[in-house]
Amino acid sequence: MANKVWAYIDQFKGAATPASWEAVAVARTLANQIGGGVTAVILGSGVEGLAQTAFHYGADEVLLADDPALADYRVDSYASTLVAAAKVGSPAVILFPTNTRGREVAGLAAMDLESGVIPDVTEIVLEGEQVVATRPVYAGKLLAKVVCSARPQMVTLRVRAFGKPEMDASRSGTVTKIAAVTDGDKVKVTGYSESEGRLSLTDAGVIVSGGRGTSNRADLQPPDDITDEKQKEIWRAQQGFKLIGELAQTLGAALGASRAAVDAGYIPYSHQVGQTGKVVSPDLYIACGISGAIQHQAGMRSSKVIVAINKDAEAPIFKLARYGVVGDLYDILPALTKAMKERLGK
Amino acid sequence: MKIVVCVKQVPDTAAKVAVEGGKVTWGDAPLVINPWDEYAVEAALQAAEKGGGTVTAISLGAEEAKEALKHALAMGCAEAVLVNDPALAELDTQGASRVLAAAIRKVGGVDLAVFGKQAIDGDSGVTAAQTARVLGWPAATLLASLSLESGTLKGERAMEEGRQRVEAALPAVASIVKDYGEPRYPSFMGIRKAAKAEIPAWTLADLGIPTPAAAVMWKEIMNPPARQITNEMITGSSPEEIANKLADKIMEEKVL
Repeated sequence: MANKVWAYIDQFKGAATPASWEAVAVARTLANQIGGGVTAVILGSGVEGLAQTAFHYGADEVLLADDPALADYRVDSYASTLVAAAKVGSPAVILFPTNTRGREVAGLAAMDLESGVIPDVTEIVLEGEQVVATRPVYAGKLLAKVVCSARPQMVTLRVRAFGKPEMDASRSGTVTKIAAVTDGDKVKVTGYSESEGRLSLTDAGVIVSGGRGTSNRADLQPPDDITDEKQKEIWRAQQGFKLIGELAQTLGAALGASRAAVDAGYIPYSHQVGQTGKVVSPDLYIACGISGAIQHQAGMRSSKVIVAINKDAEAPIFKLARYGVVGDLYDILPALTKAMKERLGK
Repeated sequence: MKIVVCVKQVPDTAAKVAVEGGKVTWGDAPLVINPWDEYAVEAALQAAEKGGGTVTAISLGAEEAKEALKHALAMGCAEAVLVNDPALAELDTQGASRVLAAAIRKVGGVDLAVFGKQAIDGDSGVTAAQTARVLGWPAATLLASLSLESGTLKGERAMEEGRQRVEAALPAVASIVKDYGEPRYPSFMGIRKAAKAEIPAWTLADLGIPTPAAAVMWKEIMNPPARQITNEMITGSSPEEIANKLADKIMEEKVL
C-alpha cells in the first residue's frame, strides 16, 4: 500500500464504469513521473473480477473490499472504507471518475481526511507530487488551474477528457483484501425505479441532439384527437425526435436535447445538454434544430467534431460547427440516416 | 418541522463570463439565485407545506448575496440568514461545508437541509454531501422526488444508470435535481414581503467557529483557448446529395 498514486474504481451493480479505467490509466501516467506503482481501490459485492481489468489498464495493486454490505452504492460506507484504507496507505493522489458517485465519494473522503477535492478535471500537470489540475468552471466559459495543498489530493477526472485508456492483457498484480467499513451507513437503498442500460450522455462517444426546431414543421398534421395547440406542437416535436432517434440508433449514439426542447415538454430532462443539464464531450456531436444559446454551448463545446443542421443560417451553433448544413432536419435527417447506414453496413 | 435551504448568488446563465486582468467579470449581466437552488427552494417549500413547517434560507457571501435570499423569501421562505465574513473570501467547498454546517446548527432543531445540485459558477457539486458529513447526517443527494413521512425521508436519486430509491432518517441533507419539477415564481405579495425583510448577517464569531483553512485554491483563472475549427458548410441540390456529402465527411473524421 505504499503506492503514492491511487485510482478509485466506480462500479454500478458489479460493472465498472468505463471512466474508471481512464482514471487507472491516468494514475499510471502520474505514477511513472512520481515513481512507484498504482493502487486501484475496488469496493462492492462480487466485484473481485474487476481486479484483473484494473491490472490490464495499469494498476499494480488492488485494494479490494468485497462485502455483501457494499452491494448497493451507499456513499457513507464507500467513503468510510476508502478513508480507512487511505489513512493506512497515505497516498499523495487519489483519482476518481467524475460521475454522481465519484464526486460524492471523493467529497466525503476529503472531509474525513481533512484534505480537499478538485472535481471534474480535464488536464493534469505534475510539479513534483503536486497536481496542478485544469478544470472548466462557469460551465466551461472559463478554465481554472487548481491545486490542493493537503494530502491526499482528491481529483475527479472528467469522463472522456483524458483519451482512451490502453489495455495490456499481459499485465498482472496483487490483490489485497481490506475490510468494509459500514457502520456509518445512513442512506438505505430500497430499490430501483427506472431501468438501467440506456447509454448515458456523459459516457457516449457520439450524441445526436434536438432542439426547438423539431416542432418546426407546420404541415405535419397531428391525429384528430389532439386539439390543444401546445399538444400539437409537442406531437410535431416528437416526430422530429423520432428522426433524431433513428440517426442516433444507426450511429450507436446517445440522444440529447437543448434546454428549450426540454422546457417545451418535447423530451424528458435527463436528455438535456447544457449549463443546467449535462456537460458532454463526445467525439461527434450532431445538433439538429438547435440554435446554440450560450447555455447549450457551455455543455457541448468541448466535443471533438460538431455537426450543425439548422434552417436558420444565422444560428450561433454554426460558429462552433466543423460541418454545417442550412436545411430542415425533416429533410436532411432521413437522408443522412440512410447514407450512414450504407457506409456502416447496417 | 424546520427546514433549511442553502442558496448561492451567481451570475446569470446567459452572462458572457470572461477573465479580464486576472479577474472574473460578467459585464452588466445580473446576479441571480443559482438556478439549481430554485429547485431546492421549491422542494423545501413543498416539504414544509405538506408536513407543516417553515423554511429558512441561508447563503454564504457578501452583502449582494442578500438578493438571492430575497428571491427565496419571495418564493415563500419564512426567514433568511446571510453568513458574511471577510474571512470567507478564500473558502473552498470543504470550508463552505463546515461554515454551512455551523449555520445549520445555529438555526437549531433543523430536520432537513436542502441544497441545489451544484452552483453554476464553481460547478463543484460536492457541498451538499460534504455538509452532511460534517453534520453527521445522511446525504440523500440528487433527488428527483422527495417526501417526508414520520421522521423518514424518501426519495428517488437520479444517477447515470437510472433512479435509485433511497430512505434516510431525519435530520438529513438532500440535494435536488431539475426532474423534481418547476420552481414556483415569486408572488407579488412575496416580493413585497421580501423587499421589507430584515436579513440578519452572521459572522464566523457568531457561529463560534474558526476560519476554515482552504486546502483547494484556484491558482489561475483564464479564458478558454479559442476553438480552432475550420467551418465548412455542406451544400447540394437535394437532401440526398447533402446527406451523402456529410456522411462522407463524418466517415473521414474517424469518430465512429
